Amino acid sequence: MATATATKDKSVLWDWLTTVDHKKLAVLYLIAGTLFFVKAGMMALFMRIQLMSAENDFLTGQTFNELITMHGTIMLFLAATPLIFAFMNFVIPLQIGARDVAFPFVNALGFWIFFFGGLLLSVSWFFGGGPDAGWTAYVPLSSGEYADLGLDFYVVGLQVSGIGTLVSAINFIVTIINMRAPGMTMMRMPLFCWTGLVVSILIVFAFTPLAAGLALLMLDRIFGGQFFIPDMGGNAVLWQHIFWIFGHPEVYILVLPAFGIISEVIPAFSRKRLFGYTAMVFATLVIAFLGFMVWVHHMFTVGLGPITNSVFAIATMGIAVPTGIKIFNWLFTMWGGKITFNTAMLCASSFVPTFVLGGVTGVMLAMVPVDYLYHDTYFVVAHFHYIIIGGIVLGLLAGTYYWYPKMFGHKLNEKLGILMFWLFYIGFHMTFFIQHILGLIGMPRRVYTYLEGQGMETMNLVSSIGSFVMGAAILVLIINVVYSAFNSERITVNDPWDARTLEWSTPTPIPEYNFAQTPQVRSLDPWFYEKVHGDGTMKPAEPMTDIHMPNGSILPFVIGLGLFIWGFGMIMINMDDTIVPPFLVIGTGVILTFGSMLIRSIKEDHGYHIPLEQVKKIEKEVS
Amino acid sequence: MKGRKGLLRFLPLSAMLLFLAGCGEDRLTALDPYGPQAQWIFDNMILSLYVMALVIIVVFTLFFIAVVKFRRKPGDDEIPKQVEGSKTLELTWTIIPIILLVILAVPTIAGTYYLAEEAPEAAGSSGEEEGEEAEEAAAEEGEDAVVIDVTGHQYWWQFDYPEGFTAGNEVYIPVDEKVWFNVTGNDVIHSFWVPALGGKIDTIPGVENSLWLQADEPGVYKGKCAELCGPSHALMDFKVVALERDEYDAWVDSMSQEEEAPEENSVAAEGRQVFEDQGCIGCHAVEGQGSAQGPALTNFADREYIAGVIDFNNENLEEWIRDPQSFKQGNNMQPYPDMSDEDMEAIIEYLNTLSVEDEE
Repeated sequence: MATATATKDKSVLWDWLTTVDHKKLAVLYLIAGTLFFVKAGMMALFMRIQLMSAENDFLTGQTFNELITMHGTIMLFLAATPLIFAFMNFVIPLQIGARDVAFPFVNALGFWIFFFGGLLLSVSWFFGGGPDAGWTAYVPLSSGEYADLGLDFYVVGLQVSGIGTLVSAINFIVTIINMRAPGMTMMRMPLFCWTGLVVSILIVFAFTPLAAGLALLMLDRIFGGQFFIPDMGGNAVLWQHIFWIFGHPEVYILVLPAFGIISEVIPAFSRKRLFGYTAMVFATLVIAFLGFMVWVHHMFTVGLGPITNSVFAIATMGIAVPTGIKIFNWLFTMWGGKITFNTAMLCASSFVPTFVLGGVTGVMLAMVPVDYLYHDTYFVVAHFHYIIIGGIVLGLLAGTYYWYPKMFGHKLNEKLGILMFWLFYIGFHMTFFIQHILGLIGMPRRVYTYLEGQGMETMNLVSSIGSFVMGAAILVLIINVVYSAFNSERITVNDPWDARTLEWSTPTPIPEYNFAQTPQVRSLDPWFYEKVHGDGTMKPAEPMTDIHMPNGSILPFVIGLGLFIWGFGMIMINMDDTIVPPFLVIGTGVILTFGSMLIRSIKEDHGYHIPLEQVKKIEKEVS
Repeated sequence: MKGRKGLLRFLPLSAMLLFLAGCGEDRLTALDPYGPQAQWIFDNMILSLYVMALVIIVVFTLFFIAVVKFRRKPGDDEIPKQVEGSKTLELTWTIIPIILLVILAVPTIAGTYYLAEEAPEAAGSSGEEEGEEAEEAAAEEGEDAVVIDVTGHQYWWQFDYPEGFTAGNEVYIPVDEKVWFNVTGNDVIHSFWVPALGGKIDTIPGVENSLWLQADEPGVYKGKCAELCGPSHALMDFKVVALERDEYDAWVDSMSQEEEAPEENSVAAEGRQVFEDQGCIGCHAVEGQGSAQGPALTNFADREYIAGVIDFNNENLEEWIRDPQSFKQGNNMQPYPDMSDEDMEAIIEYLNTLSVEDEE
């Protein structure tokens, strides 16, 4: 069977470019996501400098609009999504007792397509400026008449990166449904895997309308279509519907895995099983379902009429119920536990009250007539940053500190971690709490300046200072990563946190095949179960044999590159003078993409086997 | 009417809110409502704040007790009792939120219909669903309900009155009456918002939306564009000037009058000539003459701001005419950098005569 074997003399760079190992792809996602996160965070700081005082002229309106657009787009598509995917990639196969995801090649493909899509969006700065119509890209402002080349990069870049996200999601669905270890029934699955499954399904249903909408907008912009142009009989409101049918579930795509992380970290450090596990699973499902029923609450002021608005208002309020169930279940997981407060737990537990603050303003926003006041003001800005930072980012930080030892073989420094947490937490509330009031006194969102004498100066200054405190916190985190890499004690045990789920039963560092023998799962929280009721090791579900592994491949990288070149060629159609004709570039991209697919299809690649002796040797080394 | 504001004092932010509400002469903040719609919105916001305060207090109390009481002591290796869950508790925190949401849902729906009330004429012709209500409203308001057509432009507001004249960036309304605004967009989507009087409505090209507002007191209310519409989105301000009914009628009359030519041989008359020669009139209508590509200037000299945001004085006016982009990036006004000083002086003089208030 083994037509090829893993060669040991690969260079480090080649190894990372060709890897199909879910653990290494997780690290790639983590690095790419962090870079985009820092970039978009810097943009936010520039915006806060501009808004620090009234009638400031640090940035022009045009630059400011480019910054808000890129900040939002990058944070949601290129920072939060890959960071979530980093943890899903790393943790889900380990938590369900699998050797890898179902399709390792597709996993690598998903990463590289996402990455090159993000790159395509980012190079817009070198071709006349970024997109400037907001991350929602409402037409007609985003149509060919009012927006320049930047919007083409937005439309094509997001389409490319969306393909990557879609294929990764399909991969996760297959993995979670098919690859669970014996005994790991659906209702024994850790909540993080549940949320991973649910968001993957959400991605399949939400990213397809986005892809369709972007395709229509691309036809309008590049090929003279008229789907959204009112003068030509198109409909400007149509775009908003398509966008929010994607856009609202997107919020849940990001926040549900954060809920999942919190549901792992809180039980681990409370030394108590998750309270109301079944209710938590069903709450997740209900939130996901309702997430598709509420998109019009972003459009209450569009004038769709009182009937439509009322229906969507009630549906929106409905989401508060399953979310409330989750909040109380987390509280009662801590209740009666023995809580250890380290950085991961600080982030996870403080998530609960913070998210409630963001949630209650969400219910307030659902009240249609009052939303006529809140809509498109800083009140909304404050609301969704409480959800995104107070929810998603705190969840991601908790996950980082929690899984870091398993990913990199050492913990992050706790003192720096706690310093980071408090800086971040105080800075966050300072920045965003006051923005609720700014909205109510009449500050619309996405304004690059405000006039003197409207009572907005002090609050904007406070908000700006807060944003710098948050920036300092992220700096401390980066220092921590570097410092810990050199100074932190190596982890030699499997389970540094005394945690509960299957990933902590693997040795550190994890061998490339994860589990030498697939474990037999006997309970929810299987690792905790074996520690208490068994002998502290997982029972194997199969004899030890040769292990079949997939070969690495450069093709995912090349396909990603091909799509990048193809997409860039499409944008070149709208450029004034180009050195080479656009169709040449498009052709190159198409040949690279489909050529790689052809090679993949006709080349037989059965992977390779790690022989039994070698597995035994590795196992002896790590234990 | 403002009795409910007393409630605010019980909230920790109230001091700041009330202080801010008092700032400035132009009324802006939604925390100091001046009309029935704004008042309704404000009251229901307070109602939802009370409900949410309840939720927050419960969650925060449980949270702080949990994190203080259930800390793990050093050296304590005991494993706490593993609790699976509790049906009673799950039911409690499902049912109570549902009740709280119903409390909010009822006024939400009622208010949605209250605020969606259509202008008497418009409803009379179209109404099937709301036929009766609309007829009642029509009877109440009488025939002379004010309906103003609003068009959002990059970056200014056009107000067309039923009497046939047009005003730019400042809209005059009578107090104590519902005034209807039929809004639409000319280029991109904008959003029409007067925080102290009520909610906002999007102005979308190809779509006609409607909104009513009512001011309870004469005065100036600031309005803003609330939907990103380009580089100068932040500078797309306008004003609502509420007048007593008789003053309003007088204002309408003088706006509707034929143009009085400036005295012959005066600087202003020269300015009028420059205004025509330079093609200003090609975009800016004065008393019904000229096109409406730019804001009408019939009552230009009555305005407090040039272009909605710049202090009204001759220096700024000159700079605006010479280089409008330096104030409002991306606006569509043609610059006149090379206009001679004489012409400039004349045109400014002329523009300063464009007032309807003097005539009263």
